[in-house]
Amino acid sequence: MMEILGIPAPVFLGQLLLGAINGAFYAVLSLGLALIFGLLNLINFAHGTFYMLGAFVSWLGLRYLGIDYWTSLVVAPLAVALFGIVIERTMLKRLYDLDHLYGLLLTFGLALVIEGVFRQLHGASGQPYAIPSALSGGVNLGFMYLPVYRAWVILASLVMCLVTWLIIERTKLGALLRAATENPDLVRAFGVNVSLMITVVFGFGAALAAFAGVLAAPIYSVNPIMGANLIIVVFAVVVIGGMGSIMGAILSGFLLGLVEGLTKVYWPEASSVVAFMVMAVVLMVKPAGLFGRNA
Amino acid sequence: MTRESLLVLRDLQTWYGESHILHGVSLDVAEGEVVTLLGRNGAGKTTTLKSIMGLARHRRGSVAFGGQETVHLSPNRIARMGIAFCPEERGIFSSLNVRENLTLPPVIRDGGMSLDEVYDLFPILLERGGSVGTKLSGGEQQMLAIARILRTGAKFLLLDEPTEGLAPVIVEQIGRIINVLKERGYTILLVEQNFRFASTVADRHYVVEHGRIVDEVSGNAVSSNREKLEAYLGV
Ligand SMILES: Nc1ncnc2c1ncn2[C@@H]1O[C@H](COP(=O)(O)OP(=O)(O)OP(=O)(O)O)[C@@H](O)[C@H]1O
Ligand SMILES: [Mg+2]
Repeated sequence: MMEILGIPAPVFLGQLLLGAINGAFYAVLSLGLALIFGLLNLINFAHGTFYMLGAFVSWLGLRYLGIDYWTSLVVAPLAVALFGIVIERTMLKRLYDLDHLYGLLLTFGLALVIEGVFRQLHGASGQPYAIPSALSGGVNLGFMYLPVYRAWVILASLVMCLVTWLIIERTKLGALLRAATENPDLVRAFGVNVSLMITVVFGFGAALAAFAGVLAAPIYSVNPIMGANLIIVVFAVVVIGGMGSIMGAILSGFLLGLVEGLTKVYWPEASSVVAFMVMAVVLMVKPAGLFGRNA
Repeated sequence: MTRESLLVLRDLQTWYGESHILHGVSLDVAEGEVVTLLGRNGAGKTTTLKSIMGLARHRRGSVAFGGQETVHLSPNRIARMGIAFCPEERGIFSSLNVRENLTLPPVIRDGGMSLDEVYDLFPILLERGGSVGTKLSGGEQQMLAIARILRTGAKFLLLDEPTEGLAPVIVEQIGRIINVLKERGYTILLVEQNFRFASTVADRHYVVEHGRIVDEVSGNAVSSNREKLEAYLGV
């Protein structure tokens, strides 16, 4: 059997694929977090909750309303975005003049409340979500077996990240967003309704998280703490990429997934902490993060 | 005054948190005029501009623009009435290139300069279009900061110390630009500490001290009031 670095190729590539999938989720989630952090200066502890909500809306929609996977991919992010917008308008908005800590505490509390409610209603055990038939099965690549759905997750995440990045870096709207991230007051003084921008960005970040949640539903079981488990690593990703850096969030998301995958091959015990080890090293060497502007 | 006042401040008071900074500023700017606010460091000149713009939120009194009260409005609403602001620190965005910086402020009404006209006035900005905004020299950044508010259609400009820290040639160039703007019908409220420069461009000067207007000197009376002005400015 072919080997890569002393490991049977299928095992090695299999772990790499798992890593890439985790990386895809990290990337989409940390992208939203970075956007929100940039413009709102808010460390959104409810981000994992939005991801979980995306998966649950998808599962509930299928179970009670017969909404299929493809429709969910659009509807769940929209629903969660709307929820996020209501949160921003009714609660977060009141905290912008206060210390950033209050926003963090509020979103942390919200996450606990929402997760608690879902645990009460649906229990802690996972609910299965079937892979849509168009994406079931797999292809034998000769050197490994590639499940179609996993390839789809990576592709969809990549496209989502790329489109978001293009909007931010290449459009007029993106320029306004970058400017408002740097100096919101001045952008206001140019006649731009930055408050509206903040609301939209928060909603968009929530939608991205929910999109990842819908993608995740068929892979991981849909359960109330799926977001809480993931989000801690995603925070490490954001720090590694550089707080608020968009490209940094995307690249370090995928990178960290792969690093985790490789660690599973060579040092399985360390795979759950490798993200934080990388974070510690990056903070020591480059405190602003890999792609952050040095303050 | 024969011309109608475009901007009228009456008893404007402004606070930053607990600190009371403006203690009742009253002034008028007529359409087409160039008026300066002179005063020492910390006198409250920037705060006056920020209060007009709504960026210093905690304010009281009256700020009427075109006959409309704006003291309760947010900066974006005030900007949309046709006021544009060029901040003291210039506010060039480091995540935007020169072209993006230049075209960032949305056009709020007709009558602004076209991009070609702006490039005619500031050819350097065309040359450096692809550079990161903050990679420009101080003078070029100042040009960019002024240039970008000329496209928007706003005809009332608040310029905060546009000559600060710049070489004499650049100061001269900015003076010429202000005169061009005046000819084109812009109204300008200019903050300056350099009153020699101010006297070459302005119709009138207000002297700000401790958050109040303490004197007013017309442009042609500057030379006869030189000693008094120097005393105010501590030069
Ligand atoms: N954000 C702020 N918070 C608290 N106090 C402030 C703030 N900004 C300015 N001040 C204070 O308000 C007073 C007036 O400041 P302002 O910036 O208006 O002065 P200025 O006339 O523009 O001075 P300069 O010539 O140095 O620019 C100063 O005492 C300053 O310390
Ligand atoms: Mg000032």
